[in-house]
Amino acid sequence: MSERLSVLKTYKLYVGGKFPRSESGRVYEVTTRTSAADAAGKGAWLANAPLASRKDARDAVVAARKAFGGWSGATAYNRGQVLYRVAEMLEGRRAQFAREVAAAEGLPKSRAAEQVDAAIDRWVWYAGWTDKIAQVLGGANPVAGPYFNLSSPEPTGVVAVLAPQESSLLGLVSVVAPVIATGNTAVVVASERSPLPALSLAEVLATSDVPGGVVNLLSGRTAEIAPALAAHQDVNAIDLAGADPALAKELEVAAADNLKRVLRPHPVDDWTATPGLDRMTPFLETKTVWHPTGALGVSGSSY
Amino acid sequence: MAPVFEYAPAPESRAVVDLAPSYGLFIDGEFTESAGGDLVKTVSPATEEVLAEYTRGTAEDVDRAVRAARKAFETWSALPGAERAKYLFRIARVIQERSRELAVLETLDNGKPIRETRDADLPLVAAHFFYYAGWADKLGHAGFGPDPRPLGVAGQVIPWNFPLLMLAWKIAPALAAGNTVVLKPAETTPLSALFFADICRQAGLPRGVVNIVTGDGATGAALVAHPDVDKVAFTGSTAVGKEIARTVAGTAKKLTLELGGKGANIVFDDAPVDQAVEGIVNGIFFNQGQVCCAGSRLLVQESVHDEVLDALKRRLSTLRLGDPLDKNTDIGAINSAEQLARITALADQGEAEGAERWSPSCELPSSGYWFAPTVFTGVTQAHTIARDEIFGPVLSVLTFRTPDEAVAKANNTPYGLSAGIWTEKGSRMLAVAGRLRAGVIWSNTFNKFDPTSPFGGYKESGFGREGGRHGLEAYLDV
Repeated sequence: MSERLSVLKTYKLYVGGKFPRSESGRVYEVTTRTSAADAAGKGAWLANAPLASRKDARDAVVAARKAFGGWSGATAYNRGQVLYRVAEMLEGRRAQFAREVAAAEGLPKSRAAEQVDAAIDRWVWYAGWTDKIAQVLGGANPVAGPYFNLSSPEPTGVVAVLAPQESSLLGLVSVVAPVIATGNTAVVVASERSPLPALSLAEVLATSDVPGGVVNLLSGRTAEIAPALAAHQDVNAIDLAGADPALAKELEVAAADNLKRVLRPHPVDDWTATPGLDRMTPFLETKTVWHPTGALGVSGSSY
Repeated sequence: MAPVFEYAPAPESRAVVDLAPSYGLFIDGEFTESAGGDLVKTVSPATEEVLAEYTRGTAEDVDRAVRAARKAFETWSALPGAERAKYLFRIARVIQERSRELAVLETLDNGKPIRETRDADLPLVAAHFFYYAGWADKLGHAGFGPDPRPLGVAGQVIPWNFPLLMLAWKIAPALAAGNTVVLKPAETTPLSALFFADICRQAGLPRGVVNIVTGDGATGAALVAHPDVDKVAFTGSTAVGKEIARTVAGTAKKLTLELGGKGANIVFDDAPVDQAVEGIVNGIFFNQGQVCCAGSRLLVQESVHDEVLDALKRRLSTLRLGDPLDKNTDIGAINSAEQLARITALADQGEAEGAERWSPSCELPSSGYWFAPTVFTGVTQAHTIARDEIFGPVLSVLTFRTPDEAVAKANNTPYGLSAGIWTEKGSRMLAVAGRLRAGVIWSNTFNKFDPTSPFGGYKESGFGREGGRHGLEAYLDV
């Protein structure tokens, strides 16, 4: 009997909770990454990933904006539960992701499995942050007057995220989770060379109670898609993790047009290290509300 | 309406201010002459009288100042926090001691009423230094790790509307965190920063820790672009802020921007009208409306529109416009001829686009730069005066029917600095405050400031916060 022929997956984008192909109809060839293959200049064929267009990016921004009100307005507890649910769903697909990460990054199975486990744990870490970050970053301010004065962090809005090019899953999760944990919605450009784990993560997100549009995933050429996002007037911030220095500068210039919050790329050697607040604070605004405290006297309240 | 009382003039004495005929640049602890920069005049906006001449700093001067700051950084950042704190406490005290002099000076150079410089600007300036002084030896407790490090040399560019206060907002946290600074005051209001240099001398501040380079936009651009500046802080227009963001793109410079605004002041039908009217007046006529967080758009619920507008007009008729040094003056001069021209053009455009213009009858002085308090009713969201920051004593009045409509209109702007809410209903106040996309929300009050309270905007009003624990982040390597 011949060996069973496997069923291949058609990888698609993830926009607004749906899985469309690129509106452009374009795909590009994704190959394995092994040292041997690299030496030969080319790895084995893995899939034809969608080659997202600038129009796909704009559609994703529309979806992210539409989702922002609901997601930012959800309780922090609820967001925490949803992020934890992502970890649960990912846990159940460890073997699949280990395989995909191994192929994507040219890692031995065991190393790839470690990356997947760390990615799962990262979701758990950020799930716990959703209802604590406001207490850590905000609070009452002791102003010199009869006023109640409270500062609270709020999400900045729609965040464009250029995922790290090398770490296809753990790097991706490490930049996406903090953006949505804090109540933002995201348009994510996956690692250009290794987009498949990201596109598969979309299937996890879609089955984890993450509302459609909260995370939108695009695969394609970073240098083609990112300028459209950096210049987009309805994007509030951009994480340049996956941009090389020349592209990062070009994007930061474009981002100045509507004063996007810009997180510049910093080299990360080890994505497994426990993150601090550094990837959450850039996408949080501080809102400070004043109100007179009045006086309890015969004169009644005073403004 | 005839005034109830006639006021005799009550001018504050200018004798407390001893102005030199001309000023150099304060670099490395002393006043020095520029390398080629010319002298420009700074005038009193109320009289157009020349107050003094100051130096237009060149790129070469900026470089000299940055080098002085770099050199001073080594020792200043290595100083125990408790010692840096004591310098800042000293500065706060000297400011308190000299506050009358500085208030008069600021009023002379800026044109704002002495009542404001004396009661708002100067107390806040001293308080800001006093507040950040206390942080200098407690940075490890600020939530930025056990031993957060300063950034290095900060290049700071400040506006003309609150010259000394904006200096305090920039310099106090920078120094507390262990940075050294090169500060460029605004073109039309350089004097209080130059007097601050003397305060640094009196406080015994080590040389080079604070450098003041006066000048114009080109001077500021040279400072922002200087390769040895680690941190850029700017308060001013959104257009210049964007240009600065482009300039620092691709560098390691940390950037914070406090830019323009078009704040909505929302009055609900249950608001206490008299208090709301005081808040509206304070929101748009404080400092002649030359305030980035001004409540320049009044959103009033339709059912109380007439009542609120009648009370507002009555109140505006009692405001006293004139000599800024007079202690009874409510409305002072516009800061410059250029700003006056901009306000005039925008107000004329408001009229041309069909909004209804009203001002109380008030006599404007014959010399100086003056603009009467102005209210536009019948304003729609499409009108220029509802969209563009006027930065003057001009209020645009729009109406709404439901809280949803109020929020939608309030947020319908690229800016997001401030907003006001007037209602007696706590749950409504909190619901609206939660949905407004603005960094500072004043409910049942307006234009309140405090060094412990973070200040800064959403969207195109800039990024970063000044004031409070949050304000330290801008000057720490975190």
